[in-house]
Amino acid sequence: MDTGFSGLLTATVFLPAAGAVFILLLVRGDRNIRVVAAMVAVADLVLTLLVFGLFSRGDDAARFQFIDQFTWIPGETLRANYLLGVDGLSAPLVALTGILGLCAVLASWRIETRVREHFVWLLVLQTAVMGVFSSLDLLLFFLFWELELVPMYMLISIWGTGRKEYSAMKFLMFTILGSAFMLVAIVAVFLTPDVGTFDMRALSTQGTMLGAGVLLPLGALFWLFFIGFAIKLPVWPLHTWLPDAHTNAPTAASVMLAGVLLKMGGYGLLRINVGMFPAQAQQFAWALVTLGVISVLYGAVVTLRQTDLKRLIAYSSVSHMGLVLVGIGSIGVTHGALTSAGLNGAAMQLFTHGTITGLLFLGAGLVYDKTHTRYIPDLGGLAGRMPLVAAGLLIAGFASLGLPGLSGFVSEVLVFLGAFRAYPWPTALAVFGIVLAAGYILWMMERAFFGVRRDRFADISDASLIEALPMAILVITIVGVGIYPSILTDVFEFGLSPIVALIPVGLP
Amino acid sequence: MVSEASIWAILLLPLAAFVVIGLVVRPFLNRYAWVSGILLIIALAAALALSVLTLDAVIRSGEPHFEGRQWLDVGGAVIELALLIDPLTAIMLVVVTGVSLMVQIYSLGYMRGDPSYARYFAYMALFTASMLGLVLSANIIVLYAFWELVGVSSYLLIGFWHERPAAAAAAKKAFLITRIGDVGFLIAILYLFLQGDRFAAAGLNPFHIPDIWQAAQPLAAGGAVLGGVGLTWLTLGIFSGAMGKSGQFPLHSWLPDAMEGPTPVSALIHAATMVAAGIFLVARFYPVFQAAQHALTVVALVGGFTALFAATMGLVMNDIKRVMAYSTVSQLGYMMAALGLGAFPAAIFHLVTHASFKALLFMVAGNVNHATGTFNMRYMGGLWRRMPLTYALVLIGGLSLVGIIPFAGFWSKDEILSAAWSDGWHGGGPAALWAGKLTLVFLLTGVLLTAFYTFRMIYMTFHGEFRGGAEQERADLAAEGQPNTGHLGEVHLAESPIFMWFPMVLLGVAAVFSGYLLNPQWVEEFGIPKHWITEFLIEGLKSTPLAGVVHLEVPAFNRWMAAVSTVIALAGIGLASVLYLRRSAASKDPLEAIKPVHALLSRKYFVDELYEDVIVRRSFYNGMVRAVDWVDRVVVDGVVDAIGLVSRNLGPNFLSRFQTGEVQAYGVALTLGSLLILLGFLVF
Repeated sequence: MDTGFSGLLTATVFLPAAGAVFILLLVRGDRNIRVVAAMVAVADLVLTLLVFGLFSRGDDAARFQFIDQFTWIPGETLRANYLLGVDGLSAPLVALTGILGLCAVLASWRIETRVREHFVWLLVLQTAVMGVFSSLDLLLFFLFWELELVPMYMLISIWGTGRKEYSAMKFLMFTILGSAFMLVAIVAVFLTPDVGTFDMRALSTQGTMLGAGVLLPLGALFWLFFIGFAIKLPVWPLHTWLPDAHTNAPTAASVMLAGVLLKMGGYGLLRINVGMFPAQAQQFAWALVTLGVISVLYGAVVTLRQTDLKRLIAYSSVSHMGLVLVGIGSIGVTHGALTSAGLNGAAMQLFTHGTITGLLFLGAGLVYDKTHTRYIPDLGGLAGRMPLVAAGLLIAGFASLGLPGLSGFVSEVLVFLGAFRAYPWPTALAVFGIVLAAGYILWMMERAFFGVRRDRFADISDASLIEALPMAILVITIVGVGIYPSILTDVFEFGLSPIVALIPVGLP
Repeated sequence: MVSEASIWAILLLPLAAFVVIGLVVRPFLNRYAWVSGILLIIALAAALALSVLTLDAVIRSGEPHFEGRQWLDVGGAVIELALLIDPLTAIMLVVVTGVSLMVQIYSLGYMRGDPSYARYFAYMALFTASMLGLVLSANIIVLYAFWELVGVSSYLLIGFWHERPAAAAAAKKAFLITRIGDVGFLIAILYLFLQGDRFAAAGLNPFHIPDIWQAAQPLAAGGAVLGGVGLTWLTLGIFSGAMGKSGQFPLHSWLPDAMEGPTPVSALIHAATMVAAGIFLVARFYPVFQAAQHALTVVALVGGFTALFAATMGLVMNDIKRVMAYSTVSQLGYMMAALGLGAFPAAIFHLVTHASFKALLFMVAGNVNHATGTFNMRYMGGLWRRMPLTYALVLIGGLSLVGIIPFAGFWSKDEILSAAWSDGWHGGGPAALWAGKLTLVFLLTGVLLTAFYTFRMIYMTFHGEFRGGAEQERADLAAEGQPNTGHLGEVHLAESPIFMWFPMVLLGVAAVFSGYLLNPQWVEEFGIPKHWITEFLIEGLKSTPLAGVVHLEVPAFNRWMAAVSTVIALAGIGLASVLYLRRSAASKDPLEAIKPVHALLSRKYFVDELYEDVIVRRSFYNGMVRAVDWVDRVVVDGVVDAIGLVSRNLGPNFLSRFQTGEVQAYGVALTLGSLLILLGFLVF
């Protein structure tokens, strides 16, 4: 097992937190705070792109790279390590966090209340999420997982709108409930004789978790982890915290919440539920697909009913995250050999949905800033006054409904291709989600942006340069990945192939 | 031989025009928006020249083969960007670039003064490029990608005047209805991957189109990879995509609404891009359909029924563009029926001739609109005096549409009718035979109706007395107290500028001669062999790995069928002349005399009401969606609240005890809590 300390990941993870401390202690003046926060976010984006770009995917490349390791809690009882590292699964997600982190900072430019705190929490949040994606020690993973709650709770409850305290508390309670399940599972894994380690590299190798006498049945561990991640993803029926939290959060928090926090759930499912419990994942694939298809269709149907711009986008996330579960369910293959198409599609969906929904929330936030309403029937004809925002939302909307040439298409098709080989009929049902998605996206565009312009919007302005910048970053990402998806799929494939190799072949 | 780069250029030239107009002209040079039209026209002229060279190369030296470039390789799903150049593609390339070029030249004049001039040409470039990509693709997933891009460009163009609610709604409707069809197409693709291991065992790629052809053929080593019920469902899935795009019943209702887009857009949609895509799709997978007789029977019946069904609605429309729209749906039905009846070359032949005369007829509608300010034929009349050139062109286009010798439509329609008449078209059982006869009845009745609505349109527009145009319509609407929703323009009765009539004259020439020249029925003319396009397309199929499997015959010219269809068409024209030629300006439409029928037809058989009100609004939206939403709020979220995680009722009181307003305190509490959990863990 690799040891050592390359330092790149540690810098990537903790740079935002260091920036937060710097802002907290040394920077004076709102304007300076914004600029420093943006500089930190840019620097961190560069670091994440370095991680992604330098990640080696050759035949003889190590599975986990950029290892940063030292003994954290010494002694025989705990053997907890500070252990960071990325593989092909997490490297793109680290990059995603860097991209959206910058977008969130830029989207906060217009914040006027408690500016310092806002940027401090935002940067702390980025460190926490980055830590989740790059931890290879279960205990450290859990610590980052919990750390993320604090800044998000603050962002929603202070800078939010509407029932912000309720929403923040709901978000908190749901996640902590999930964490409790996860913690039990982590403890049980650690206390299992013959395991006795938190090292996720060791835990995701063939044999570590199999056969040994275990404290709890492996199936139970699988479901304990699953509940923790399913709440985060979210999976029906554990999703109701999400629309409240998204709707009432400030723009930057919505972007981070939908863009990267949900992805922690999907990442956990792939890394832990599939990567460490492959046999159980295959055994319960039918349940995953069932829950996934329900989430896809149920989420889309409820989305059709939403009249609040942000709530509509939030519910569409339930539907689109359901696809992650459907893709993971592809490992219960019934027709032909197992392929990585479904898992790769699920991983791709994490990345593409992050950028697409981030862009949707940026646009929705701008609409709210300018018109002071998110109630779609009150909007209308905005395209004439805000062509940039309209174009951004239209591109995000088309990506969201799976238009080829934009990134959402690739992940959706891969998920469907993989899952159809496992469960053709449920997958065929899920395909109807693309019609429903077209329904709510185009309805939203028609009502908010097209049609006769309302008089009261006669002098609203389009996005300013600083507001358009994060949208442009995401548009470029969405189009770039849509046209050249191999830049991500090859990396994901490299990360997923060892996981696929663990899945027993020949089970029904 | 033609080089690979020059074929890619056919696709990339309009795509580059899209990128340049969208990223350079529109944002930075919008004052010089006229550049965008010129840019696209230059790109398309070059693409047309290259397309003609490609066609010539295919004729002279057969199909070129090019290696694909890998686009995606994930878990055994290998998706390649590859060109498929066969006679079908070569013909389509010329049709698409040719018609699009004519439409763009026409647009220079028609769209002049529109504030969104650059945006218009950007969308047009994307539309044309998408269609070209669709035609060129050798990979079914890439084809599907361009297929969707065609859909989205049509969405953008139908909704081009997005400030008009009707246009925005029509765009949405077009996208949604075609997408319902696309679900079937996508599932068909998924089915191919489901059979991926069997494909691989035969050394085939399940996404490579020639491999899919081969997989459907029983000759392939070890029996067909695809077969039985699975094959039937596969082809029906592909057909459902084609039904959506080509407006086949019951997915036809978006096409007439799509008239809300600018008229040149309609010309392009109805002639060469969008709706032709569905016909092309079935033709592209023809070797697979041939192995699925039941699917072909369905195709024939759906096509035949649509041909008749749409024509009936065309009888009573008063909007000139809507008459054309139903005419297109009907003509697409003819093409689809031809495909179903095994007359694959006849379908493509008709697609080509139809492209020329339907683009022309839409441009006529555009000219008429420029002159009268309205599309409502009740306010037109007598225009032949003021617009003699347009009148001459509408006669050419109309006679071609009706199918009168020697105009182009006559030859292609005759091939379809002959195919329906001959019953040796495939090895189908009695059901297929019966379906063939029924289809023939549909199609022949359709000829009568086509002749009637075409000449009703010509008489109402160009004959009789002028009935005041937009000015009169505006006055009438005001008198009835109705809002002006028709976006009426000004009246200036005159011939249109050269940019508009020049491409029309070229299309008019094609509408006269293309039928006979592409497919001479009697003798070789100008060096063109007899039945040229038919032979060419059949050779295209035979040159695939399917030699010996494809059973297509070159139909002999059927004099009887030609005579019968001509008599029927003349009867239709005669009937229209009796009813409409000498009608006084004030009288009502004679068809209104048969009230219930007229109401049924002019309300489009209440299909819109059925879909939009009964199915979507009442059953789906106010029924199912509402119920699920209720469950979500009251049951799923209700349980959460009831458990007391965050109680809505208790919430304020309960929480307020802790709500000191000091949010930092929560933060500290939270952090401490998390640490406490960890601490407990450490001690444990």
